[in-house]
Amino acid sequence: MNLLNLFGKKTFPRGIHPEGFKEETHDHQARRLPFPAQIILPLSQNIGKPAIPIVHMGQHVRRGELIARADGFMSVPLHASVSGTIKKIDLVPSARGDKEQAIIIQTSLSSTQTHHHGDYQDFEKMSPQALVQAVQDTGMVGLGGASFPTHVKMKIPDDCTIDTIIINGCECEPFLTTDHRIMLEQISFMLRGIRIAMKAVDAPRAIIGVEDNKLNVLEAIRPHLPADDSITIEAVVTKYPQGAEKMLVYSLLGKEIPSGKLPSSIGVAIFNVATLAAIGELLPQRQGLIERIITITGDNLNKPGNYMVPLGTPLSHILKHAEFTGNEAELILGGPMMGMPASFLDTPVKKGTGAVLVLDKRATKRDDVLPCIKCSQCLQVCPINLNPSELGMLATKRKYDVMEEQYHLNDCFECGCCSYVCPSNIPLVQHFRIAKTLNRERHRMEVA
Amino acid sequence: MANQPKIDIRTSPYIRQAPTVAEIMRNVVYALLPLAAYATYQFGISALALMIITVLSCMATEHLFCKLSNKKTTITDASAIITGLLLAMTLPPGFPLWMGAVAGFTAIALGKTLFGGIGFNVFNPALVGRAFVQAAFPVSITTWTPALTTDRFIEFIPSSLALPFMQPVDTAEWTAQVSIDGFSGATPLALMKFQQVFTDSYDLFMGLTAGSTGETSSVLIIICGAYLVFKRMLDWRIPAAVIFGTIISAECFYLLDPAQYPSPAFMVFSGGLMFAAVFMASDMVASPVTPVGIFVFGCLVGFLTVIIRLFGGLTEAVMYAILFGNAATPLIESYTQPHIYGRNK
Repeated sequence: MNLLNLFGKKTFPRGIHPEGFKEETHDHQARRLPFPAQIILPLSQNIGKPAIPIVHMGQHVRRGELIARADGFMSVPLHASVSGTIKKIDLVPSARGDKEQAIIIQTSLSSTQTHHHGDYQDFEKMSPQALVQAVQDTGMVGLGGASFPTHVKMKIPDDCTIDTIIINGCECEPFLTTDHRIMLEQISFMLRGIRIAMKAVDAPRAIIGVEDNKLNVLEAIRPHLPADDSITIEAVVTKYPQGAEKMLVYSLLGKEIPSGKLPSSIGVAIFNVATLAAIGELLPQRQGLIERIITITGDNLNKPGNYMVPLGTPLSHILKHAEFTGNEAELILGGPMMGMPASFLDTPVKKGTGAVLVLDKRATKRDDVLPCIKCSQCLQVCPINLNPSELGMLATKRKYDVMEEQYHLNDCFECGCCSYVCPSNIPLVQHFRIAKTLNRERHRMEVA
Repeated sequence: MANQPKIDIRTSPYIRQAPTVAEIMRNVVYALLPLAAYATYQFGISALALMIITVLSCMATEHLFCKLSNKKTTITDASAIITGLLLAMTLPPGFPLWMGAVAGFTAIALGKTLFGGIGFNVFNPALVGRAFVQAAFPVSITTWTPALTTDRFIEFIPSSLALPFMQPVDTAEWTAQVSIDGFSGATPLALMKFQQVFTDSYDLFMGLTAGSTGETSSVLIIICGAYLVFKRMLDWRIPAAVIFGTIISAECFYLLDPAQYPSPAFMVFSGGLMFAAVFMASDMVASPVTPVGIFVFGCLVGFLTVIIRLFGGLTEAVMYAILFGNAATPLIESYTQPHIYGRNK
């Protein structure tokens, strides 16, 4: 059992305490931005297969209309996020660097941009299988950033039974406040989404985990919880990476997810609050996921805050309306610990994009990488309890196989704590990503 | 957004925690300065000159070797200053200055640059330097002079100014005739070893005894160490484990025969143990990184110190204990890898 829990504080060992920087936006109600003139919807917005387009150039589409269908079970459909005309279906540069297929829609200026939706469906009367299908039809993926198709998570292997679902409202990344706002503004959608998820995975209870820097969320939600205690809310210690799946399961339940296994192997399913709130809103109306709340924050912005934006909104549009005043910046999709860097201003907001963080490089820049002095700080923060120091040294020697076989490289989920504390400024996480990629390639070669 | 902004690209994480290596090293230097000041107060200009010489020697050696290997000089990271200061503080205050320079050269050349510079040294460089001069100049390194002599701020201890490659003059005669404000005599460890006299632990704790340049005052060492621990630049677990290991080992012997063996308090506060535990054993590079490994390492150092002190031929043992501990570090680490989340042992 978790020793720390005995003292009434729910948490996990190690981890870091970065400054939150959330004050700037956490009181900022989610507002809409004007629609952009053009949106870019990459077909791959999820882990798994990209969607297949079912529209053609010049076709007029309504906001919420299906424009690309799912390619099998490991895929989700895509819906038009604005009413307009399909300008083209073409390759666009992705945030990762390579090019990807995208549908580009020219927004029709005369449209009222009202939603397109289907007939009402009552989830209480639906079977788990029907619910999984209905969730897939919404095009839902993990909105916390992982972009894993939600319906796949809800499809529980036959040999597992789920006794608890955990709703992740930690939002442990600095700067981000979208989940915070959703838990204050969309309580009824969220609770409906939780009940849908409980029904889909056949779980008797649900626990909402919220970091204790958001105590107003606990106050706001408690009155709405059912009297039978099937859904509860618990505060966990504010610490990064509390919102990581493995950490939150440990903090709330005192259990470890076995290495390489899914949470369902210990009877747990985990969903992000934003994901369930969106399902609660969209599923009964048979709507598709077409917009999301993102936090826009960081340096040199006159109007930071939380904004509801259509998927596919380019960063330039967002920066313009947040009144960015600088002329040099780092643009990060997501939080400062695990976010992706954006390399061009046409990068669109995707389903998994929870924030646009604008950082002035001068504040955080460090150039010199020094040798590891074995200060052991990284070992003292690694939530998985790996030995990043040794892993880093093996990486520089290119002993990627030793990293995987003896030092459990694949248990690393790249939270970045080790890089964050390293006084020698060694890019440990980057080393590990490269090592994992090369190992995967090597294994593929071995199989082939 | 008047014009198109320039976009910078890095990989995550984008925020970093202070401090850098250079900041850590600088703060260790700050923490050593009070000890240096107290040493100067106790032993006068000889101690000050010795510290300056070893620091300069270490820095010059590091610079020289960086130049020889066509690398960017690393003296700016202040680690050579630390090595020099640590080294001087383990030497007797009247140690000939030229021998101090030799010790500094060996510390950096053999202890550090040979292994590849900062981060790669297997042993604590300062202790390598001291081990070398212990073997090379056995007389000078065991010649102790009294603290708090009246003229210490205007007159060098005669042995300090020995000409290069010359043995120093015998200080026994000088020691006998100088006027002393405080106390005199052999070091507490020598008294214990050769005369079975145990110095009062309070005097040891406060630093009111003869001894090496920077090692005498346990209380000052603890305060300086606490500053670094407070700034999260020193791993408190290492000194704690060393002291724990020393106390347990000493207690075993003390229980066997309190007349023959000294008390654990004496062991902890005498000689260089406190200094070594706080500043030497905690050398990050040469000590283990795993939590269990740190504990094993500290206990090993403490145990070896007690054994060598009680049964060895030397009075000062902690230096060799730490060097042994450094040598055992890779082995200790390989057996003490931490339990990983989601994996059963």
